[in-house]
Amino acid sequence: MTEVVPAARLGPPGRADGSRGSGGSPPRSCAVSDVLAALATVRDPELDEPITSLGFVTSAAVSADGDAQVRLRLPTYFCAPNFAFLMVADAYDAVSALKGLRRTRVVLEDHFAGEAINNGVAARAGFATTFDGEAAGELAGLRADFLRKAVLAGTDLVCRPLVQAGATPDQLTAMALGDPPPSRELGRLRQRRAELGLPADDRSPLVIDPVTGAGVTAESLPLHMRMARTTRISVQANTGICRGMLRHRYASAGIGEEESA
Amino acid sequence: MYEHNGEKYFVVDGHMHYWNAAPDNWVPGAEQYAKGWIECFHAYMGLGPPETHWSLEKFQKYSEDDLMKDVFEDGHVDKAIFQPTYLNEWYKEGFNTTERNATMGEKHPGRFVYNTRWDPRDGDEGLKVLQANVERYGSTGCKLYTAEWNNGSRGWKLTDPGAYRYLERCQELGIKNIHVHKGPTIWPLDKDAFDVSDVDHAATDFPELNFIVEHVGLPRIEDFCFMATQEPNVYAGLAVVIGGLMHARPRFFAKVMGELLFWVGEDKMLFGSDYAIWEPKWQVEGFVNWEMPNDEEFSDYPRLGTAGKKKILGLNAAKLYGIDVPAEFQLEPQLVAGA
Repeated sequence: MTEVVPAARLGPPGRADGSRGSGGSPPRSCAVSDVLAALATVRDPELDEPITSLGFVTSAAVSADGDAQVRLRLPTYFCAPNFAFLMVADAYDAVSALKGLRRTRVVLEDHFAGEAINNGVAARAGFATTFDGEAAGELAGLRADFLRKAVLAGTDLVCRPLVQAGATPDQLTAMALGDPPPSRELGRLRQRRAELGLPADDRSPLVIDPVTGAGVTAESLPLHMRMARTTRISVQANTGICRGMLRHRYASAGIGEEESA
Repeated sequence: MYEHNGEKYFVVDGHMHYWNAAPDNWVPGAEQYAKGWIECFHAYMGLGPPETHWSLEKFQKYSEDDLMKDVFEDGHVDKAIFQPTYLNEWYKEGFNTTERNATMGEKHPGRFVYNTRWDPRDGDEGLKVLQANVERYGSTGCKLYTAEWNNGSRGWKLTDPGAYRYLERCQELGIKNIHVHKGPTIWPLDKDAFDVSDVDHAATDFPELNFIVEHVGLPRIEDFCFMATQEPNVYAGLAVVIGGLMHARPRFFAKVMGELLFWVGEDKMLFGSDYAIWEPKWQVEGFVNWEMPNDEEFSDYPRLGTAGKKKILGLNAAKLYGIDVPAEFQLEPQLVAGA
């Protein structure tokens, strides 16, 4: 599956978890399939997978007047509210950016902080205002932390086949991002690096420090790759638990839900 | 005790509970949290084998007889360590307190270890309660739940100055083992609530204490591993790892075990069933039978042999808690040497 992340999701303007809206468009036709395609660009920041394939979308509808209504669900009543807020806000941003909608409403259901999150996102209040007194700041730092984990995990996915094919640490550290054969994993890695503002062009090093963006030396490569794999296993194991909990909680599949690879 | 293929395993369940989460124990006004909490726990049970699932009603409040049968009669456990969780803001008498555990356990001498708990936000009064619990129940371990609600505060860290006072008092009182819940949790809202860096600092500053990270920092196993590998007094509590993955996601279970064996090692991993979320029987039997798969994907993970399984299932915890283990369960000398 190709994932397209609108630039607006990381930049400051026009975010539901920031302060400024992207403005409404005059009512025109917008299909449910457009809404679903928009939702497919929204990821669980922790699991690094689209909320559609994870089964988090309960329903999506567009009225004749151009009002979009999206209902989301999570694996437990107590899923972390920070990640929940990001997903609801991102879903709001992605759907409300579609042309032809008059209004967008995103509702997180069956969650202990659902009401606060739904109202906060609808009012474009930002996270700190929504949880006044309980949160000191917005969530950009948290999102960036998990994007770095996604870069590490993605590095393992891209490099493991190269190592198995015999690439040495010296060869791997000399490789550029444009060198491995094109793959879904490589595209994803490049995209995550770009989102973080890390080097993402063909000539940038393939293996980089996800904080500084500097290339990794051959000497530190084995440890770096070991950590990259542990990060990938951790994310995947966590995804497995979340999927299991969701299945236990809801009898029916979410819209666009796909079993994990 | 579990015997399989002529090998005898002494089983210490390092993490289990005796709770009351039935509606009669819900705090008025906080019913939705009390209900949501136990339903969330019940969903975790869904990750175990279907024939071990309970109804929500039984799960909310199981009996003393249920526990004795599930843990000791059927579950192969020799010694069980109660890990209290108070949650007094949601449950009138607490979710499972030191008192509740001990009241039940005292009817079955020699079966249980009573860990207690503390919360730095309880201040001087809490220090007195801690001392009283140590004197009354002989506690040598504590379970800490850093995400607990307390008078408007949504959580705390081991590095808070108040927490250091308690850690110092633990050392004075002879407490050796600090179990820290670093697993699925809620607060603080705007941070990564699973951050284990506070354990890292405390473990360095309190080298005489052992820090057992429960649920191995799930969902941040990598952060836990990178930390634990550098701290000699940090251990991995396997509650949730075995219960949540071994049946539901066997290949991920093998990979997580491989990671833990590589970074943390079989000498610093402790079995815990997390009863009543999961019964120990299928976990103990499945773990003894478990082998690292032979595919290429698993080729560079350490293997876990019989000696390692004996350590993880009971000998490691017995060492931390000073539990006597009969000679028939001890490792043979050549195994101790690290075969």
